Amino acid sequence: MSAPATSTEPMNWVGQSIRRVEDPAILRGWGSYVADIAARDRACHYAVFVRSPIAAGRLVSVTAPAHVTLVTAQDLAGVAQVSPVLHRPDYVPAPMPALAIDVVRFVGEPVAMVLGRTPAEAEDAAELVDVQIEPHDPVLTVRQATAPDAPLVHPGPFPGEPNTVIDARLTTPGFEDAVAAAEHHVHLTVESARQSAMPMEARASHVGIDRASGRITLHTTTQMPHVIRTGICDTLGISEDLLRVVAPDVGGAFGAKMSLAREDLVLVHTARRLGRSIAWVETREENFLASWHSREQEYQLTGSFTANGELVALRADLVADVGAYSCYPVTFGVEPLMAFAELPGPYAVGEYSVRSRGVITNKCPIAPYRGVSRPVQTLAMERLMDTAAAQLGLDPVQIRQTNLIRDYPHTTPTGMVIDPSSHLEALATATQTIDVPAFRERQAAARAAGRYLGLGFSCFAERTGYGVPVFAARSMGITPGYEKVDLAFDPSGNVVLRIGASPHGQGLRTTLAQVVADELGVDPAVVRVVHSDTDATPYGWGSFGSRAMVIAGGAARMAGAALRPRMERIAAELLECAPEDVELRGGWARVRGAGAAVSIADIARTAYHRSHTLPEGEQAGLEQSALYNPLGTFSNAVHAVEVEVDPATGEVTIGRFLVVEDAGVLVNPAIVDGQIHGGVVQGIANALLEELIYDERGVLVTTSLMDFLPPTLAEVPRIEIEHLYTASDFTVTGAKGVGEGGLIGAPAAVLNAITDALTPLGIAVNRMPATPARIREEIRRATERSQEHRQGRSPAAAAGSATTASAESVPTPTPATVPGGKP
Amino acid sequence: MTSPTVPLRLFVNGDRHEIQVEPRKTLADALREDCGLTGTHLGCEHGVCGACTILVDGKPARACLMFAVQCEGMSIRTVEGLAPDDETLHPLQQAFWDNHGLQCGFCTPGFLMLAAGVLEENPEPTEEELVEALSSNLCRCTGYQNILKATQCAAEAMRE
Repeated sequence: MSAPATSTEPMNWVGQSIRRVEDPAILRGWGSYVADIAARDRACHYAVFVRSPIAAGRLVSVTAPAHVTLVTAQDLAGVAQVSPVLHRPDYVPAPMPALAIDVVRFVGEPVAMVLGRTPAEAEDAAELVDVQIEPHDPVLTVRQATAPDAPLVHPGPFPGEPNTVIDARLTTPGFEDAVAAAEHHVHLTVESARQSAMPMEARASHVGIDRASGRITLHTTTQMPHVIRTGICDTLGISEDLLRVVAPDVGGAFGAKMSLAREDLVLVHTARRLGRSIAWVETREENFLASWHSREQEYQLTGSFTANGELVALRADLVADVGAYSCYPVTFGVEPLMAFAELPGPYAVGEYSVRSRGVITNKCPIAPYRGVSRPVQTLAMERLMDTAAAQLGLDPVQIRQTNLIRDYPHTTPTGMVIDPSSHLEALATATQTIDVPAFRERQAAARAAGRYLGLGFSCFAERTGYGVPVFAARSMGITPGYEKVDLAFDPSGNVVLRIGASPHGQGLRTTLAQVVADELGVDPAVVRVVHSDTDATPYGWGSFGSRAMVIAGGAARMAGAALRPRMERIAAELLECAPEDVELRGGWARVRGAGAAVSIADIARTAYHRSHTLPEGEQAGLEQSALYNPLGTFSNAVHAVEVEVDPATGEVTIGRFLVVEDAGVLVNPAIVDGQIHGGVVQGIANALLEELIYDERGVLVTTSLMDFLPPTLAEVPRIEIEHLYTASDFTVTGAKGVGEGGLIGAPAAVLNAITDALTPLGIAVNRMPATPARIREEIRRATERSQEHRQGRSPAAAAGSATTASAESVPTPTPATVPGGKP
Repeated sequence: MTSPTVPLRLFVNGDRHEIQVEPRKTLADALREDCGLTGTHLGCEHGVCGACTILVDGKPARACLMFAVQCEGMSIRTVEGLAPDDETLHPLQQAFWDNHGLQCGFCTPGFLMLAAGVLEENPEPTEEELVEALSSNLCRCTGYQNILKATQCAAEAMRE
């Protein structure tokens, strides 16, 4: 084969929307998800977990007929409880046994496991298990849990209020002075209902035993295989060398598959004890009951503003209902501590006073879900901006322009460093694309015709790709952050990149090959990315927190960049030229400005098979490892949404959804847009539809897809995306993370748009989801308020928590304009 | 505890499968466990998510809501039977690949079979008709944007 005279290869694979290498197999139905592995293993036994139907109580007994293979806590001798550590004085651990011991703490908590030779046989066996529980009064809300005489979900001791497991406080030195000097104080309460990440694939695991070696292989639906290996082995008291964890194709995760599953502890322990393979495939009902919830939070804010709208001080009281146990490894501090550190978001808030609490209740434990606290933080700050704008008589865009960060790097009151971003440019682009004056004209015309259109904005900074220092600042016992990659040519010229990140739909096999291809001068098709197998990859932290492209991508680029000079030296020897004259491109090494060329495969062959011909000092082989541990980088975006609200039904229709996104260098723009699309739709779902609801006994009532309502294509708008490309040297590829932003920004923009639409009715919507019933309820209350107002009573006295305004500037609802009347 | 099984003949993607199943076994489980066709995925097992959508006598159906024994002698198509051969993708598969119509891929077989059934019955659907039809199934990754676009591209390709 001879070198083509000129390369037709592009200069850069980074930046191209090449098709994903992952797709053809999946499209043909050849994907290999954990349940598929279980279905193909005809010799394995199937597990079903028996779960508590009671929210709180004493577990009296668990029994079954003799022919049932029953596993209870008594069969788990030597298995420790899961108790992830935060080195903070306010942190109260809440140890989680693999199966309930003596106490049940939420509906869905596993109390036993049964086995059958088929899934149906295991389900039949589970029906025969008798669970006796002496019920206690559950605590189901923060108010109940923190009352002085509240029953304790865990024994504690609690240094502060009952059941309070995190209580973080900070006040900057100039806070009180800034508040005293400010002219306007805007109060606001925002709330988020419990949410489920609801990946399309529920959890599943398959444990196989290799009798020859005694080693165990766990195929499981995880985002972080190495960390899960550590968690299982530490809890079972076995060496990590005994366990191989593999995440094959994983059917979506969104954070819900990054915590250690107690079910996996029981499965691995039992498979080892019985010496047989066992599979478990979670049902959708179990997934809702027991596979982690998120974001049940309430924030009370006071923003202190100058007359021209500058936010000079922010006071925040944040509380998260974190459920019954602490998730491993990130702990139930993940929501309250993120909100604590990151609340001010994209705004240059001078002074900050915050208290952020996590409170345990008799409900399913929380764990990260795409964005973690940031959708609620953004809702809070963006509703604050709109509420303040209304009270100060400012335009919503103008008040944002006044307060957005404009100088970089910017250090926040909690010490975060925001790298070069484009907050003002993104807002300018969004307002221009939307054409705000034209919208206001349409809005006025619609209002005259009795229709309610609204426009909402949200601005945010998305912290992505953060390394060890950030997690160390959270005082986590297990401190994630870095990623290592191993990059190696084989003698035939193919490249393998082994990574610790663990994709589950993000297309990393494609995008990391693009990064490596540019560094090595090869086609991405010859780069194979190996991931999600602890026997085949370097120890790493998996995929979560919009980190994989920044950190694993950065490490991949560093490895490639370090290998490239070696390739150039070997090529120079073969081409009899100087290394600096070698150009690697399109699979060939060329002498710059001359015709001579040698294939990169020849370089690899030489490195492995003719190492005696290598230049002086060159080692045999062609491989390189690299480790990247960045401080982190911030993406930024503005979402702008147009809605129409039908006051008669409370239905919200989204007319237009615009995202102006700045994630720096886009490695594969189609994949970036796909991440934004998916995030935005989950954000719309959080804003309008989805909610996990417990009844007064602590029983989850939303346990099917007919009760919990993810959007279908019929409920989502077309999403317009515009990109900005700020260069930041805080990331070695120039790429910033983009996995969570869609969900972080969307709910705030939607609720701002609804509030804008309903301003004539004197309504502010500060709780998500804004379901039709809830919007109707707000309209009904506003109608009552306006009637009381006309009868001469104070509107402030009648105002509910949803309309929040400082006493000196309560907006007066326009009376008697409520269509639809009382419900 | 195991119930008695019955013999059953299923025609799947043109192949005859002689299997033994409990009468209570769903078609989805029989396809996955007894026919070895794990491309049909189960996302909810209560007929909402549509990940298990297959074609039964040419019409889209939820494999989790049918008993296998209901399908004796019927012609079943699953995602494994969509492509004409190992070298060529079906226009829908090609369009989903070209338009980034999948991310984690778990819902993809269901969407492909749903779209195949819809387009075979109505080769020129309006956008409104397509939105209505594709809203039968759930996806959690893509926000549906590229699923709609891919299906529209495939419809065009299939008409040519």
